[in-house]
Amino acid sequence: MTPTSNGWEPVIVGFSCNWCSYRAADSAGMARIKYAPNVRFIRLMCSGRVDPLFVLKAFADGADAVLISGCHPGDCHYITQNYKTLRRFALLKQTLTALGLEDGRLRLVWASAAEGTILAEEIDNMVADVRKLGPLNWKARTAQRVTAAAG
Amino acid sequence: MSDGKEPRIGVYICHCGSNIAGTVDVEEVARWAGEHLPGVVVGRDYKFMCSSLGQELIEKDIHDLDLNRVVVGACSPHLHEATFRGACQRAGLNPFLFDMASLREQVSWVCADRAVATEKAKALIAGSVYRVAQNEPLEPIIVDINPNVLVVGGGVAGIQAALEIADAGYHVYLVDREPSIGGHMAQLDKTFPTLDCSACILTPKMFSAGTHKNITLLTYADVEKVDGFVGNFTAQIRQHARKVDVSLCTGCGVCQEKCPKKVIDDVFEAGLGYRKAVYTPFPQAVPKYPVIDVQNCTYFQKGSCKVCEKFCPTGAIKFDQQDELLTVNVGNVILATGYDLFDSRRIPQYGYGRLANVFTSMEFERLANASGPTNGKVVLRDGVTVPQSVAIVHCVGSRDRNYNSYCSAICCMQSLKFAHLVHERTGARVYNCYIDIRTPAKSYDEFYQRVLEEGTVFVRGKVAEVTDAARVPGEEGKLIVQVEDTLVGHQRRIPVDMVILSAGMEPRAGAKEVGKIFGISCSMDGWFIERHPKLDPVATMTEGIFIAGVCQGPKDIPASVSQGAAAAARVLGLICRGRISLEPVRAQVNQDQCSGCRICNNLCPFNAITFIEERGVTEINPALCQGCGTCVAACPAGAITGTHFSNTQVLAQIDGLLSVMA
Amino acid sequence: MKYSYFPGCSLEHNAEAYDSSSRAIAGPLGLELVEVDDWNCCGATEYISLNMTAALALIARNLAQATKNGLDQMIAPCSACYLNLSKCDRYMVTTPELAERLNTALAAGGLSYQGGTIKVRHLIDVITEDVGLKTLASKVTRPLKGLRVAPYYGCLISRPGLRISEHNPEYPVSLDEILEALGAEVVDFPLKTHCCGGHMTQISESTGFDLIRQLVKGASDYQADMIVTVCPMCHLNLDAFQNGMNNFFKTNYQVPVAYFTQMIGLAFGMSARQLGFGTSLVSAGPALAKIGEELPAAAPAAGATKRKRDDKSLPMPTPLAAGQGKGGSGKGQGQEVSR
Repeated sequence: MTPTSNGWEPVIVGFSCNWCSYRAADSAGMARIKYAPNVRFIRLMCSGRVDPLFVLKAFADGADAVLISGCHPGDCHYITQNYKTLRRFALLKQTLTALGLEDGRLRLVWASAAEGTILAEEIDNMVADVRKLGPLNWKARTAQRVTAAAG
Repeated sequence: MSDGKEPRIGVYICHCGSNIAGTVDVEEVARWAGEHLPGVVVGRDYKFMCSSLGQELIEKDIHDLDLNRVVVGACSPHLHEATFRGACQRAGLNPFLFDMASLREQVSWVCADRAVATEKAKALIAGSVYRVAQNEPLEPIIVDINPNVLVVGGGVAGIQAALEIADAGYHVYLVDREPSIGGHMAQLDKTFPTLDCSACILTPKMFSAGTHKNITLLTYADVEKVDGFVGNFTAQIRQHARKVDVSLCTGCGVCQEKCPKKVIDDVFEAGLGYRKAVYTPFPQAVPKYPVIDVQNCTYFQKGSCKVCEKFCPTGAIKFDQQDELLTVNVGNVILATGYDLFDSRRIPQYGYGRLANVFTSMEFERLANASGPTNGKVVLRDGVTVPQSVAIVHCVGSRDRNYNSYCSAICCMQSLKFAHLVHERTGARVYNCYIDIRTPAKSYDEFYQRVLEEGTVFVRGKVAEVTDAARVPGEEGKLIVQVEDTLVGHQRRIPVDMVILSAGMEPRAGAKEVGKIFGISCSMDGWFIERHPKLDPVATMTEGIFIAGVCQGPKDIPASVSQGAAAAARVLGLICRGRISLEPVRAQVNQDQCSGCRICNNLCPFNAITFIEERGVTEINPALCQGCGTCVAACPAGAITGTHFSNTQVLAQIDGLLSVMA
Repeated sequence: MKYSYFPGCSLEHNAEAYDSSSRAIAGPLGLELVEVDDWNCCGATEYISLNMTAALALIARNLAQATKNGLDQMIAPCSACYLNLSKCDRYMVTTPELAERLNTALAAGGLSYQGGTIKVRHLIDVITEDVGLKTLASKVTRPLKGLRVAPYYGCLISRPGLRISEHNPEYPVSLDEILEALGAEVVDFPLKTHCCGGHMTQISESTGFDLIRQLVKGASDYQADMIVTVCPMCHLNLDAFQNGMNNFFKTNYQVPVAYFTQMIGLAFGMSARQLGFGTSLVSAGPALAKIGEELPAAAPAAGATKRKRDDKSLPMPTPLAAGQGKGGSGKGQGQEVSR
């Protein structure tokens, strides 16, 4: 993993479901898999709980990217709720792209409880991608646009 | 804070020996939390927070420092959230005023850099601190446990579970797909290592299950749908039409005798024997009532015959009988659905299906069985010739990356058993071709020694091919087993009369769908997933659903029986308690804010959300709600709150996580 | 459908029948074959074991030459040519350093080749995948009824991972299916992927002859009228050395060997002469006579046979259907047996 030249590291907020993906993170830990430490997870009961508001708040508070993870479609502990996550994610992504957010800053990953290695790999890939995109600085960007629009 | 008081938060960072402290600077995190995070009154670090001393630290601080919130940074909450909630509760603090950050699985074990790990730990603790300040006290939801139990699968594991629960005085619905209970064990001839006759030891249990006043036997039936939650499940069961009125049938068997339509029985007889279109699977079937195989019955296919009806002395044959749908209410479910045998046709180089005298293990069991198609005579496919040499191939479809990587646990003992039986019945020369000999349990290795002494030839090598293409005169008319004898270091071609393939165990063909009905999932290999592979093999992630027997993974009869009994004990424990508390993580609608848009109405797979027409608002049933929060996220008015995962709490956690930036 | 065509050395000489029969059936099958200009020997099975880079350069020259046709697929009927060309192309994709060296060699001849440009196909796969068994069967005017054939793949094209069309490398069925579509009675030949010995007859006569003997004996034991092959090397060993093998072992086998393209030609109504029959050492005369003869009595229908009352024999399992595999037999299907 090559860090950026000025030492900046992306900060990523992760939303994980209690059942599959949180256990996947646990199982990556139990297997002592070393992966990028940039993701700070929030545990929710289900990926379906992820309100788009949370994602916007994370960006506004300074996160450079957001990761949502849950059970594979068909395996949701609450049966069908991850399909709703998928739909919400699609719309959210469109909205954020329209607001100027680059592709790669919002990612959805399915991971089952046994897939610690896969989750770790996805996180490594995501961090590498976000490093290339650089810091988000949402507030500064939005302020710039407002100023530009106003003047 | 809702109670108007200022938060007084205690933060405890666990060293977990050197597991966390080895990478994360735990003293620094504790100190920093105490000095910098809002609301934190004390920040401590300790070697093992989960120990009684660690917990006492928390309890003491709650009393002495008047803490009203607690945060612990340690291992995964899946391990010890309950432990620390317990500590809070003992000290008089509501257990939901507690939050836990995983500094081990998510930080120290996955990050090697001390500075980076410490920073991440701080961020996670900050997240928890900001979040816990918004936590509300909650009371668990108490539900009654319906003492009825549903056991799905009437093999030896399911029967054991059913008997244990029924003997304890509670009612069991024992459902099986086949016309009789007994499962695969009923097909076997002798069981290792004692060489007890399988039917002899199983049938008394089957009989008990069939006649027990506390067991409702539902054979030739499938569970189609399950609703509800632990303590309160509703199951819809389809009782397929036997076309026989069981209240009139005496089990005399005249219908089977007179039926003119014979078909190959590829379930019980493993394709080696025949049955009639109206049949009971085997003589000791429980229940004894026959069924009509509609696909093969002349009457149902062509409209003629009806011989069975004609000869039935009690008029029990009812051609127009329909499937029945039953609904049962139970508190707990035990799944004991068993396994399917690996299909040896998938390994064409072993010749099963093309070469007549290659048999599978189950076919051989039927051959050797005294009530089988040859009355227990071990003969070749022509039904007459006794083999003079037999090769037994281990690990067919198991321990093989091309098919299944796992070991099927019973095949070595089974192969040894076959070697012994062949020897005993025919005096034939026996070759066992194996990779390893696995004989771990009680009296198993002694059985191996015995078979060695009987003169069986053991060849350590994975069989490459079974062929009838002879190369030299001695091989004409024989099956040649080509195998590398690895202990000697060269290839052998062993000419034999008969080959028995010890085929492995596989999950049932429909296991994934069955799992979905009950809300449990399957592993990568297809077996049902247990709650913990070492410490909790009979429970699942879904409360109230238990698994037992081979459906959880390959195992022998004693292990299946043990698991059946274990699952029964867990269920009886729940029934004894009479009621359990459910996590109060639920959604609720503020009906004053609800505009009646009904966006949430279709989002609940548990049917917890209903719309009240008269008032034009939505309502959520807290008993059915499972707390996933999907409707909470969907409500455009924010009228639905999710307890313990409210917007306020999660937004606060985001603030906290991002308050620590380099 | 247009393809580049790589006959290879054998098809120009001892396997001429393979070449003429392939060209003869190409038209009816809708295949247009454009021979690669100035192709060279592929090095067969020996050169690559002596000097891999030089051997691969030799093979790569053919790939480079083939690009001049402007077609992205190339048919090689000979299994050794097919294997060599496929391997070389694959190596040039997976190992860029090797591709560089080979291209340096090719540059000396003013050529170059980028791995992955040409898809190398064996003729048998083009027929099963691109033409399809249905189309093949529809063109049959003279079904090969009464002819028992043993399909023989040889070891080269049976390698795992080489041909995606073949579901199970231990038990390939593409040739079996082609012969079935032609109406022949296909023998379930257990040695269909066993090695013919390659050039073993030159290195150790006894070993080579023994391998040939096993195959011929196997076909004979299974009462096959002919062995049908897809490879000139196999044909050479089984046919040209059959009498040598007979002399060595004092046996008397006379099992004719034919190329599968010749069988397709026969079924399409073409003459034996036109398809190159008559150039082999073991005469196919008696076998061919069979398809000019009256039809034999129909074989008993599979399944509904009447069982004798004292028939003690045990039923056989049904063969695996395509796509079947995982899991048990399900809820008692029961095959019909009338009494």
